[in-house]
Amino acid sequence: MTDVWITIAVLALATAALKLFGPLALGGRSLPAGVFAVVELLASALLAALVVVETFGNGRSLTLDARALGVAFAAVALRLRAPVTVAVLGAAVVAALARAVA
Amino acid sequence: MTATLPPDRTESARARWRAGIRRGVPFSIAVTAIAVSFGVLARPVMGSVAPIVMSIVVFSGAAQFGSLAILAAGGSVGAAIAAGILLNARYLAMGLGLAPSLRGRPLSRAAFGMAIVDSSWAAAAQGDGTFDPWYMVGVTTFQYVGWVIGTIVGVLAGSAIGDPRALGLDALFPAFFAVLLIEEVRGRRRTAAAAGGAGIALVLTPLAPPGLPILAAALAAVAASRMRP
Repeated sequence: MTDVWITIAVLALATAALKLFGPLALGGRSLPAGVFAVVELLASALLAALVVVETFGNGRSLTLDARALGVAFAAVALRLRAPVTVAVLGAAVVAALARAVA
Repeated sequence: MTATLPPDRTESARARWRAGIRRGVPFSIAVTAIAVSFGVLARPVMGSVAPIVMSIVVFSGAAQFGSLAILAAGGSVGAAIAAGILLNARYLAMGLGLAPSLRGRPLSRAAFGMAIVDSSWAAAAQGDGTFDPWYMVGVTTFQYVGWVIGTIVGVLAGSAIGDPRALGLDALFPAFFAVLLIEEVRGRRRTAAAAGGAGIALVLTPLAPPGLPILAAALAAVAASRMRP
């Protein structure tokens, strides 16, 4: 149980440090234009990687399971202009149905 | 999807915060559901109190799910911490991007920095590399409330809910990030950055420790920034 509390404490401090480094070290100064261009694209690259890892990752291996169907539903639903809530909660419903019939 | 653009910067801080609150409502509902799944999954591993404390002080889906998976599999504390930090390393980049848009004393800049989450940071981007800080705080506000309340519900309802996989709860988290991604990706350079990031993560997942594939995906942003817009 101590392990759990150490993990929580360190992750809380580390997450705060990661979020605060820029605002405190950089202040109101601006970044060089080249760095700015990278920052502008970071969310796309990191979010895509998170989606891949959380959809297909299973520890250190890749698997194709009901999660992929759920995520595909969310993507299609959003393209069809469904609200965010419907797209995300629908993903769970689709994954649950897929597991129920499998 | 009706895209609500970040409001004009000349509006008062309160108006911008309110606009952010409205933009954040759908995210908050989704985040609450994801937090329920975290509470359900975490209780057998961490007990009843620790998952709630974790959601209050860490407030990060990626780090919480990532470190939980390692602890649940019997991994070491060091591995769980390292994975959580790597999964959150993107906040370093997000904070650096936000910083030039912040004014005021260090304490005020720090408060805005703490309000960074993926959805609000992306929503507050003005498209020219600058950010609307109060709008970002607004988008974050109810996501934090929902994250904590959802975790409490998940912990309490855990035994009634049973196997979270049977309910498809493990699909909530990637679906949420897919929604954020789809709203973010417009134009050639962002599409290239997303495709590159996804490819890097696919290739590295079997080869590298958890978290590293996501951090390495930042290289795709560097490469895409060299492309013509």
